[in-house]
Amino acid sequence: MALIEVRNLVKIYSDAEVETPALRGVSFSISEGEFVAVMGPSGSGKSTLLHILGFLDRPTKGEYRFEGKTIDEFSDEELARIRNKKFGFVFQNFNLLPRTNTLENVKLPLLYSGLKASIQEELAKKAIEAVGMSHRIFHQPSQLSGGERQRVAIARAIVQNPKVIFADEPTGNLDSKSGEQIMKIFQVLNKQGHTILLVTHETYTAQYAQRILKVKDGKIEKDFKVANQRLIEKDGFIK
Amino acid sequence: MTLKNTLKTAISGLRVNKMRSALTVLGIIIGVAAIIAVMSVGKGAQNLILSQVSALGAKTIIVRPGREPKGPSDFSQLLSDSLKERDIVALKKKTNVPGLADLTPVLTAAESVSYLGETYRATILGASDLLSKILEIYPKEGRFFDEEAIKQKASVAVIGYKVQEELFGESEAVGERIKIKGRNFKVIGVLPRKGQLSMFNIDDTIIIPFSTCQKYLLGINYYHSILIQAESEDEVSQVEKDVKLTLRELHGIEDPSKDDFHILTQAEIAQRVETVTGILTWLLIAIAAISLLVGGIGVMNIMLVSVTERTREIGLRKAVGATNKDILTQFLLESVILTLLGGIGGIIFGTLLSLGGAFLLSRMVSLTWTFVFPISGCLLGVGVSAIVGLIFGIYPARKASLKSPIEALRYE
Repeated sequence: MALIEVRNLVKIYSDAEVETPALRGVSFSISEGEFVAVMGPSGSGKSTLLHILGFLDRPTKGEYRFEGKTIDEFSDEELARIRNKKFGFVFQNFNLLPRTNTLENVKLPLLYSGLKASIQEELAKKAIEAVGMSHRIFHQPSQLSGGERQRVAIARAIVQNPKVIFADEPTGNLDSKSGEQIMKIFQVLNKQGHTILLVTHETYTAQYAQRILKVKDGKIEKDFKVANQRLIEKDGFIK
Repeated sequence: MTLKNTLKTAISGLRVNKMRSALTVLGIIIGVAAIIAVMSVGKGAQNLILSQVSALGAKTIIVRPGREPKGPSDFSQLLSDSLKERDIVALKKKTNVPGLADLTPVLTAAESVSYLGETYRATILGASDLLSKILEIYPKEGRFFDEEAIKQKASVAVIGYKVQEELFGESEAVGERIKIKGRNFKVIGVLPRKGQLSMFNIDDTIIIPFSTCQKYLLGINYYHSILIQAESEDEVSQVEKDVKLTLRELHGIEDPSKDDFHILTQAEIAQRVETVTGILTWLLIAIAAISLLVGGIGVMNIMLVSVTERTREIGLRKAVGATNKDILTQFLLESVILTLLGGIGGIIFGTLLSLGGAFLLSRMVSLTWTFVFPISGCLLGVGVSAIVGLIFGIYPARKASLKSPIEALRYE
């Protein structure tokens, strides 16, 4: 059974009287453990697709099954719960809370998890360690570099060991070296069993994934396996 | 999300803009403080008036001519001359009013009094010798006039503390002659400082025999009122009934609604005072409440600004698993915290204000003004401020909670 399965997914943004279609019938499926890059020019609908898959938005038409259940079966509360437990999000602009230190930022999803405070602390520290940010645990975002901020954001995304990680242009605001580090982290996370959906417009970045979905004008143009996946070096810095 | 965590989140949200939060709280503080100060001062005033009313003694009842006034423009009672000597005679009979201990007719007039060129406008109280006993006022110098003086319509006067001070200053008053409406009166007694006794300010009063007052000052043959003292407090209502029956029979009245007199008991007077001061207090509270309302609007305004400013934070929280309810609770708590802080600050500030007010008033009116800690005001202050927080917070909080996560995240 596919983890994510969409059939004829349509998303139309209606603003006053103007209807703007962002997705015009998209169908594909993703299995557990895959590392998929969604590529396409800006305005192609790739971000919209990611948001719908990540339960941040609902489709206008079509079917979306997550773990075999269609999205219509879930209430808003249940969607929030799945986002909390099974999804992790990484954004282009990091979206860390300002004036809030690394630990508290990483803890944010745990506040809504219902877990005990002691377990929260432990999980947050583990996630921070996994992205190699333990030495910056009490730093605020303004004291961190772009790459470091994105690592904190990744720690926040993986703090509850989610099934799927959604990354929307995670390297878009980073220099190439930091970007590379971030992509390596994603590869390690993928190796550890997380399914990863990455939105990017750079072919170079997309080649870290195993599979590429090319989106154009709200439709899947191409769906193919990456021939020469850009693999991390053996001494990747994540232990 | 647990309430503890939500609370923490809300507090840290408020701490980001300390100045803004503090100013918003100030708005609530002023509102609550105003309410508490008004309640405290109102209650203090009520206590003061009631303590003076009750100084007349719960055993005392007052009979006045005319029917009970129906409103402020109802003057019929002032013109009535229904209480005369025959009424006194009838009421004094034990068979008519067995519970009656003492009684005195009362006449009042406002006249200029002069002594060696000094003039003072005082209240002239015409009464019998029993007034001294009924009001428990005994001269500190000289004596009160006796029954004989009433029979002879003697020109003698017992003067209040303030009258003595104004006319004689430091010098001896007893034995001197003062002039009231062109007639010489011999001062035979000076009363100690007494203050307000029900409707009479004894300090400002000159007491003369009622017969003298009727004949030489007013030229009338009726009384302004009759002051009656019952044997005991328990007999007050029986005495009231007996007085009514006696007077009705004497005046040939069969229909009680056509009574040409009315009776005031101390309980009734106290009740009236309470009603009047109560209405005044509530009116002032209503005015003070307007400032609380303005404070509440301030809270709503700041929360709306805050929700807009933190749109992306809201989106992020939703993306990582916050439900609509979580967001609603967080923002609602923020506004309730603001108003509750304002409520507590308002109680402290309002209490200080009313303490200061009580101190100043007691100095100004040289009366024993008691400070009343308004417990009801505190409960009202905290309760109302929390409700204000809820009411004015619910709209911004709802607005925040209903934001779609992705639109909120995209917000620039």
